[in-house]
Amino acid sequence: MDMTINSDPSALIPEIALLLGAVTGLLLGAWTPRRRQWTIRVLAALACTVGLAATAVAATRPVDVVFGTYVLDTATHATRAIVLVATLLLLALCGDTVAGHRRETEFVVLVQLGALGSMLLGGAADLILLFAAFLLASVPLYALAGWAKQGTAPEAALKYYLAGALAGVTTVAGVTLLFGTAGATGYDAVADGIASGPGGAAAVGLIAVLVGLAFKAGAVPAHFWVPDVADGTPPAVAAVITTLPKIGALVATYRLLDTAVPADVVDWPLIVAILAAVSMTLGNLAAFAQTSVLRLLGYSTISQVGYLLMALAVAGRAPLAQPALLFYLAAYAITNIAAFAVVAATGQRTLAGHRGLFHRDPPLAIALVVALLGLVGTPPTAVFLGKLVVFTATVDGGLVWLVALAVVNTVASLFYYLRWIAPAFGEPGPDHERPVTRARGWARGTALGAAALSLLLGLGGGVVLNTVG
Amino acid sequence: MLSLIVFLPALVAVALCAVPARAGTTVFASAWLGTGLVQLGLIAGVWSGLPASGYGFVERYAWIPSAGVSYHLGVDGLSLPLLALTAIVFTATAVYTLRGTDRPKGFVLLFLALQAVSAGLFVALDLILFFLFFDLSIVFMYFVIAGWGTGAPARRAALTFFLYTFLGSLALLLGFILLALAGAPPTFDIPALVEQNPLAGGGGYGALTLLAIGIGLAVKTPLFPFHTWLPPAHTEAPAAGSAILAAILLKMGTYGFVRIAMPLLPASWRQFALVAVILGVISVLWGALVALAQTDLKRMIAYTSINHMGYVLLGLGAAGLITADDEQARQLATAGATYQMVSHGLITAALFLLAGSLHERGHTYDMTAYGGLATRTPRFAGLFAVAAFASLGLPGFSGFIAEFQIFAGALGAVPVATVVAVTGVLLTAALFLLAMGRMLSGEVRVPDTPGTPRPFPDLDVRELLAIGALLVLATVLGLLPRVLLDVIEPAARTLGELVTR
Repeated sequence: MDMTINSDPSALIPEIALLLGAVTGLLLGAWTPRRRQWTIRVLAALACTVGLAATAVAATRPVDVVFGTYVLDTATHATRAIVLVATLLLLALCGDTVAGHRRETEFVVLVQLGALGSMLLGGAADLILLFAAFLLASVPLYALAGWAKQGTAPEAALKYYLAGALAGVTTVAGVTLLFGTAGATGYDAVADGIASGPGGAAAVGLIAVLVGLAFKAGAVPAHFWVPDVADGTPPAVAAVITTLPKIGALVATYRLLDTAVPADVVDWPLIVAILAAVSMTLGNLAAFAQTSVLRLLGYSTISQVGYLLMALAVAGRAPLAQPALLFYLAAYAITNIAAFAVVAATGQRTLAGHRGLFHRDPPLAIALVVALLGLVGTPPTAVFLGKLVVFTATVDGGLVWLVALAVVNTVASLFYYLRWIAPAFGEPGPDHERPVTRARGWARGTALGAAALSLLLGLGGGVVLNTVG
Repeated sequence: MLSLIVFLPALVAVALCAVPARAGTTVFASAWLGTGLVQLGLIAGVWSGLPASGYGFVERYAWIPSAGVSYHLGVDGLSLPLLALTAIVFTATAVYTLRGTDRPKGFVLLFLALQAVSAGLFVALDLILFFLFFDLSIVFMYFVIAGWGTGAPARRAALTFFLYTFLGSLALLLGFILLALAGAPPTFDIPALVEQNPLAGGGGYGALTLLAIGIGLAVKTPLFPFHTWLPPAHTEAPAAGSAILAAILLKMGTYGFVRIAMPLLPASWRQFALVAVILGVISVLWGALVALAQTDLKRMIAYTSINHMGYVLLGLGAAGLITADDEQARQLATAGATYQMVSHGLITAALFLLAGSLHERGHTYDMTAYGGLATRTPRFAGLFAVAAFASLGLPGFSGFIAEFQIFAGALGAVPVATVVAVTGVLLTAALFLLAMGRMLSGEVRVPDTPGTPRPFPDLDVRELLAIGALLVLATVLGLLPRVLLDVIEPAARTLGELVTR
């Protein structure tokens, strides 16, 4: 074993950039007049750009481990890139919501810290680091959920916090059990330890950790907070919470399963496959009856995690599994942000409020169609390609039944997405229910940009898949 | 060349986006018409340069190499007739649309998009590319039906259409994935899979793959019992939409059988060909019988589509059952099935446009509301009679050539099924004669609001041109079948060899 631990901090430029951006932003924000706090957002965007550049450079280097706990491989680079692009989009999306707001700086700083946590989750190859990253990805977002301080936001924040606290305790219990069984916290050592230790304890520990990570990803069985938080917070906040933590959580779960837990000790492929099946089905069924678009999107994200978990269920058994996961994550992040951005741009929280959107704002309506049909997985959007590779990997891994279920679920999901699309292209309602159109330039721009990006990623997916494959 | 043919309508659509909506129908429909004519010219060029065997005008670029997907286009004798049909029917529809439509900009843009994806589907030589066009056709047609149909029933019909055909498309996708993974290395490339023939052994894996692909294509075709989405979709769609839906979109299903299911899964196709035959015959009879019971003209035409697509499946199924040494019969059945696709496309598009003209004037599709149209509107009556006779397969029209070939080819292999299917011709004859008797002869009767008789003019020149052109072509193909058969037959022979290997 290589005893010299690589501890070169320059390997962590993307993470450090985010942290510096957050800390400097917090300090500067305290001294900046309210109407000029947009500078903090610019600073944050700058940090993301620096991070992206550093990621691009780092991706050309061979696989490495820094500080003995943090892996620099394709998955980490992809996580960094997805998180940073998503953060940039989210910073643009929140423009209308936070500009000139009393807590603008706080919003930006919390988003950055949450993004940092998500990123660390993706690269963690050590149980302790995994838990630390879990906390870093959670705590800022609890605060963010309560950011609006009015209406249902405090309730949503409280619910989110309680669910998170429970998930955190479960995770740490699981980590303890795994540590107890394996006698180590580094993933490679854990794998060796589990193989010779008691399988039952390892299974319980793994399940506990999975439950915690499922909370971060918004998957069954820790999904119940998702619709409440999505509906209880401003769309910009909901977009952050349903997008950022999922990225890191799913990559972290993939890494944990693939490298730390041998499938012959704990039958995790089956466990994950069941979680995937239940997630997608439950999310879809619950989305049917929603009249609030934000709740609908909340449930839709639960079902999307179900599709993503399919790639995890065949981790290590299908060569396409990891590229499929990473590509789908990128596609999901962009498309989900586009959908939330449309809601933020229209300012309408109900399906009825979107009636006749096409007549008022054709480009925005088309962005909505691209986002929603994208979530369904219609070509040529990015999620279609994501689904294609995920399905291919899952069939390759031998879980044809899961793909069949996912196909049925996809059709079912079409039903509620169309419930939103159809009125948007219908005649505008009578005057008294005609929604007010407000100028929400940032959100509108983000919606159009993200929708275009989703199409672009779908058409140019070959290049992206090649780099992550 | 093929890329240009496929994407020309899309490029025109993008350019038209810049034209303000108030420019009016004439501007948009003329642009559409012009696009169609240019596309037809290009296709004529491809037609004259088609190689005697194999794929012509092949274009191939890497697209998603890690998943085995490429941008791969090419034509052969099976796809070229359908590509030409696409351009012809869309162009005729453009002429028909010149007479005016509600919100012309969106309408023409959607149809141009549909034209691009339809053309793309028929020249795609990659499963994912095929799927992309297949799915997009559903999306665009959904907006046509929901946006230009009338009111709540149209939205419901559009939803049914979307859900059904989308479910079909996903079953198709599952089948494609299974097919691709069977290849070594996994690939979605159709010619590569044909060459590898990874599922030559058939077996459970092959059966599952064929089941998934078969369901997907059967929904789109539509084959009994997957047809229930079709009548409401047709009834609620605008005339141009119905024409395209029946003439082009249904062919995507049957074309899928000859392009994908048969050559890529030969063993499984032979194994389950009887299922195709049986479903085909049931569709023939079911479609005809239910059509016979309709009083709504458009629904009646819709059900005859199920009937006509049944013949196609009969031919293709029989091709899988014909013994290896009877190459002649197999070629007859397959070529007949392909001929039927083109023939049905021309005739049914004409019928739906006629139904649209009738609705325009009488505001109802109820056949009992009309009578004696032969004296009141002779042009309409004449064209309707021609279309009806063409549709029921009278000698001299393309439908006869197609059905004759299918029956002649299939008779040896599946005699009972063929004889039963022939009675379907009788039923269609009965129902069209009944419809003509009701609407064209007898006392003049047109629906009108009490006290204010509506004007009921005959077809104008644009309608005459659009519908007439389609029927002239159906007649030409009925009288000079070699024009088309010379192109189809070599490809049908190749397909036969692929199915029996």
